[in-house]
Amino acid sequence: MNFLPNIIFAIVLIIGVGFFAKNVKKIIRNIKLGQDVNRTDNSSARWKNMALVALGQKKMFTRPIPAILHFMLYAAFIITQIELLEIVVDGLFGTHRFFKTGLGGFYTFIISFIEILSVLALVATVTFLARRNLLKLPRLNKAELLGWPKKDANLILIMEIILVTCIFTMNGTDEVLYSLGKSHYEGMGSFNFAVSQHLGPALFGGMSEGTLHLLERVGWWGHLMMVMAFLNYLYYSKHLHIILAFPNTYFADLNPKGQFNNLESVTNEVKLMMDPNADPFAAPANPDAAPAKFGASDVQDLNWVQLLNAYTCTECGRCSSSCPANLTGKKLSPRKIMMDTRDRLEEVGKNIDANNGVFVPDNKSLLNDYITPEELWACTTCNACVEECPVNISPLSIIMDMRRYLVMEQSAAPMELNNMMTNIENNGAPWPYNQQDRLNWKNE
Amino acid sequence: MSENLVVPTMAEMMAQGQTPEILFWVGSAGSYDDRAKKITRAFVKILNKANVNFAVLGTEESCTGDVAKRAGNEFLFQMQALMNIELLNAYEIKKIVTCDPHSFNCLKNEYPSLGGNFEVLHHTQFLKQLLNEGKISFNDSVYKGKRITFHDPCYLGRANNEYQAPRDILNKTNADIVEMKRSKNTALCCGAGGAQMFKEPEKGNMDINVLRTQDALETQPNIIATGCPYCNTMMSDGVKFSEKESSIQVLDIAEIIANAQDL
Repeated sequence: MNFLPNIIFAIVLIIGVGFFAKNVKKIIRNIKLGQDVNRTDNSSARWKNMALVALGQKKMFTRPIPAILHFMLYAAFIITQIELLEIVVDGLFGTHRFFKTGLGGFYTFIISFIEILSVLALVATVTFLARRNLLKLPRLNKAELLGWPKKDANLILIMEIILVTCIFTMNGTDEVLYSLGKSHYEGMGSFNFAVSQHLGPALFGGMSEGTLHLLERVGWWGHLMMVMAFLNYLYYSKHLHIILAFPNTYFADLNPKGQFNNLESVTNEVKLMMDPNADPFAAPANPDAAPAKFGASDVQDLNWVQLLNAYTCTECGRCSSSCPANLTGKKLSPRKIMMDTRDRLEEVGKNIDANNGVFVPDNKSLLNDYITPEELWACTTCNACVEECPVNISPLSIIMDMRRYLVMEQSAAPMELNNMMTNIENNGAPWPYNQQDRLNWKNE
Repeated sequence: MSENLVVPTMAEMMAQGQTPEILFWVGSAGSYDDRAKKITRAFVKILNKANVNFAVLGTEESCTGDVAKRAGNEFLFQMQALMNIELLNAYEIKKIVTCDPHSFNCLKNEYPSLGGNFEVLHHTQFLKQLLNEGKISFNDSVYKGKRITFHDPCYLGRANNEYQAPRDILNKTNADIVEMKRSKNTALCCGAGGAQMFKEPEKGNMDINVLRTQDALETQPNIIATGCPYCNTMMSDGVKFSEKESSIQVLDIAEIIANAQDL
């Protein structure tokens, strides 16, 4: 026997999976650059969230047309893994359609199911390409998508078309070969797969046995190669949501959307300020500890869930298309907040890789170099972006943490807001009215 | 407008050894803003009519700090919060009602971890209770044939998932309740949240309140109802911008009830 294909197969598999594993480690390392936040409480609610929002895609269905198209792709993606598993078994052990003998009629059912879903996925993919490039949907053509993000999205869709083409080439040619009794699967007849039993003869009928075998192998190897390529492209694309949607929904904030976290570091200082018995000259308990930084100016100041959010974002833009600031032409785009956070995190990660595991300051930061104060100040904190996100990302929490830095570390609030805050300090209201007049409405 | 409202303060109550059933948190807008003061008075009229045993903090009340927090000033927020909590706890307050969704959200969600644990209701929730208990009623012929659309305040709706209470009240008015294309969880912000009320908007091609008012105008309403003093200001300005102020009123849910109570 010739073991060469098996060896090549094993090598491709090991390289593909190994390289992917290396990038996964990098993603985890980068996410861990974030500040600690406890999101392990209430695990039953978290599992439920994950089941409904990630697995069940509950939030997608508020926009039914893309939801149905997306579901076709999603279902095809999940179920095709069975065929991939068979390819792995066949590839490593030199078998052909290993599952067919054991599963019999059920095998015909499963492959037929895969084929039908693959056709639907193809329809969805072509529609998605049309929505992006011909119909030019506003949310898929906003400023932040120009250039690489747009190419990235199209590339992913094209890869999916190639993958489906491989499946039908493989099954279609094998169908014709089987009808001639020349398939590597013993016997003669029809596989009776829903699509390829018709498509195969129509496309490949009459071809020579040699061509058919060649095409069958092209489809088979093509399928594997595309999967390996796609797997490794994930890290460089916006497409990580197919994996990260699950942890992202699990670790999402469970509190009411209006509840913003109270900074503990601030509570300690305020309590000390309000304590009449506090010694203002007391030495700090730990003189070597770095003073707490209030708010976030760079990715390391954000918490790890916010960084996970950044990797999970697939740039669908539902957030920006519902953002009141974005809808009225302001610079703020919640999607851009997430894309910027990820781009900066990647930059920091590369810096660490290049400097033997230590981050060397590069005189850049998420604030200003990526996200401008103008964007941050345009937010109304209305939570529309958080509500819209199909995978429970919170761009708002990042905006808030960066505003906190601007105000508490840099005193860089817009002048009118400084006036408002001075009023609150002086007379307990955002307007310059006398506190003694607070009850005047009673007699007016 | 010179009817006598009965508005006891916590200090007076305490001096008489009484404890109110509920504290009415008026909020800064409700205390000082001319338009919002009308909402405050309408709400108190209803409370008086229903004989609700309530009190206000009066001159002891101070800003919740909510707007400072949204602006990013966590220090100022927590200073306000800790002062208010000390006062509220000293008066042994258990239950608070407020006409301002921002105060509602802040008191309900952000005060507990700083030591302030109260049952907090938005006035639309409280008014719904009063209606259901039969403590208040209104003349349902007042709004017959009118069209009312409800603008969801972000901090009542998306922030706290309360979409139903104001609608349940409106459904009892006998008016046609018409929904905007963006409503409930997809409602568009009026543009005032996140401290925007106190600053000029960033450069863009439109003001948010104008866009939101367009949503409302598409429903051809006689009344735009809302449940937030800031939304009220923004929507009123939007209606004026569209030169519709002679035909369309912007009213708070409390005013809609009070106006139909023959008070």
